[in-house]
Amino acid sequence: MQLKAENVCFRYNEKTPWILKDVSLTIEEGERVAIVGPSGYGKSTLARLLAGYKRPSSGSILLDEKHLPMQGYNPVQMIYQHPELAVNPRWKMGQILNEAWHPDRELLIEMGIEESWMTRWPQELSGGELQRFCIARALGPETKYLICDEITTMLDVITQAQIWNLLLDVSKKRKLGLLVITHNIALANKVCTRVIDLPKINRIDRIK
Amino acid sequence: MKESQCILSVEDLVVAFNMYEKGFKKKDLEVIHKLSLEVNRGEIIAVVGSSGSGKSLLAHAVLNLLPKNAKVSGNISYKGKTLDAKVCDKILGREIAFIPQSVDYLDPLMKVEKQVRGIFSTKERVHQFFNRYGLGEDTGQKYPFQLSGGMARRVLISSAVIQNPELIIADEPTPGLNIEMAMETLNHFRELADAGTAVLMITHDIDLALQVADRIAVFYAGTIVESAPTADFLAGKEALRHPYSKAFIEALPQNEFKPLAGTQPYAGNLPTGCLFADRCAHRSENCIKDVAMRTVRGGDVRCTHAT
Repeated sequence: MQLKAENVCFRYNEKTPWILKDVSLTIEEGERVAIVGPSGYGKSTLARLLAGYKRPSSGSILLDEKHLPMQGYNPVQMIYQHPELAVNPRWKMGQILNEAWHPDRELLIEMGIEESWMTRWPQELSGGELQRFCIARALGPETKYLICDEITTMLDVITQAQIWNLLLDVSKKRKLGLLVITHNIALANKVCTRVIDLPKINRIDRIK
Repeated sequence: MKESQCILSVEDLVVAFNMYEKGFKKKDLEVIHKLSLEVNRGEIIAVVGSSGSGKSLLAHAVLNLLPKNAKVSGNISYKGKTLDAKVCDKILGREIAFIPQSVDYLDPLMKVEKQVRGIFSTKERVHQFFNRYGLGEDTGQKYPFQLSGGMARRVLISSAVIQNPELIIADEPTPGLNIEMAMETLNHFRELADAGTAVLMITHDIDLALQVADRIAVFYAGTIVESAPTADFLAGKEALRHPYSKAFIEALPQNEFKPLAGTQPYAGNLPTGCLFADRCAHRSENCIKDVAMRTVRGGDVRCTHAT
């Protein structure tokens, strides 16, 4: 299995400047890749394209030489920087967690998700606790790739280490491919097997 | 420390929120407990600690910015005078500058140059600071929504330092900035501090804080568990005193990257005695009793086992 971006270009419409131009990269099964680069270079845009939330203006995103499925479960799942914005504030945590699949008890224990949290509202949990829910719900059996867009930036270092160690375990156990977007070079080197500098593979001349 | 050197002193600060529990029943949720802190002239104090431990609340309590349902007790004094609403009104924005955590604090309907200039400054000075922080000539004529996150952050910083304040309280001044710009900001703080300003900086970026701060205070569950010179943090966990600060240093990706099991206790459900006890490896019967701050090897620590 391979997740591949082939000559991906992206801009919002004809009048706006290019954000990504001719970006190509491949992530092998179980590979952990970090993408680094200053703000405004299109890291998050690339993440959204790879997860299928946006369509590239030209070029293609291929999973196993096929386009991402437009229906059913997407094997490429994404986790965001702000978990509090990625959950429905009118749903209780149990419902949020079980939306796409039913994580088993072992996984929940491993992730440090407590049974008593299931009946709470999202606003009653801290950012680190919410982020665990967001990760658990994205780890369905069909998930092959996880895209992590600055998922621990707003957390303290201990929670950060907790979350990453857990993700590393899961990724090794299930041969999950990880794409990690981060500003923290030390973290990128620790977690990933390969680090890509986005400005180097993004062929745009002008940068805001 | 001489009395005149102390710019900001916080003694036994307790912050509680009065909130609805069920129906019309109300209860007090204590989020900061018995916190004491001193910031001296020419000193940068970095406050680090777990998310949701009340770091920002400390800044807001000092500046009288808490919402109406907050109850504050304890002493907050600025240069020996109690910092109440009246004094705050007079000196906020002149002698005390605040850099808020979120860029939403800018006025969305006012061009940024006018916001940064305020009432007491001049256009030239604004341009001088914009230049220093790498903001273009045209930035001043923009509205906040036209700025990127990093630019807005730099605008907030310029507006805070433009009055040459005596005390800067910065709540997460660096996220969204690239490393060079973050370093430039902190070096500017250092310069101001060397000229006599006191800086209280709340941050997640402990690596950056280590490079400029004089002392570091570690927050956990609404109180300071350790406050020590930066050198001790640089020396590694052996030089530190509290088990939480040790774990904190250990968890950095450039160190062992070792997590600590468990979570911070919820403010409504705190254990008696040491707040860290249920995650601590050295826990004993003594930890159930109230643990007072004490001085060990030149640093303050709230732990009975610290040596």
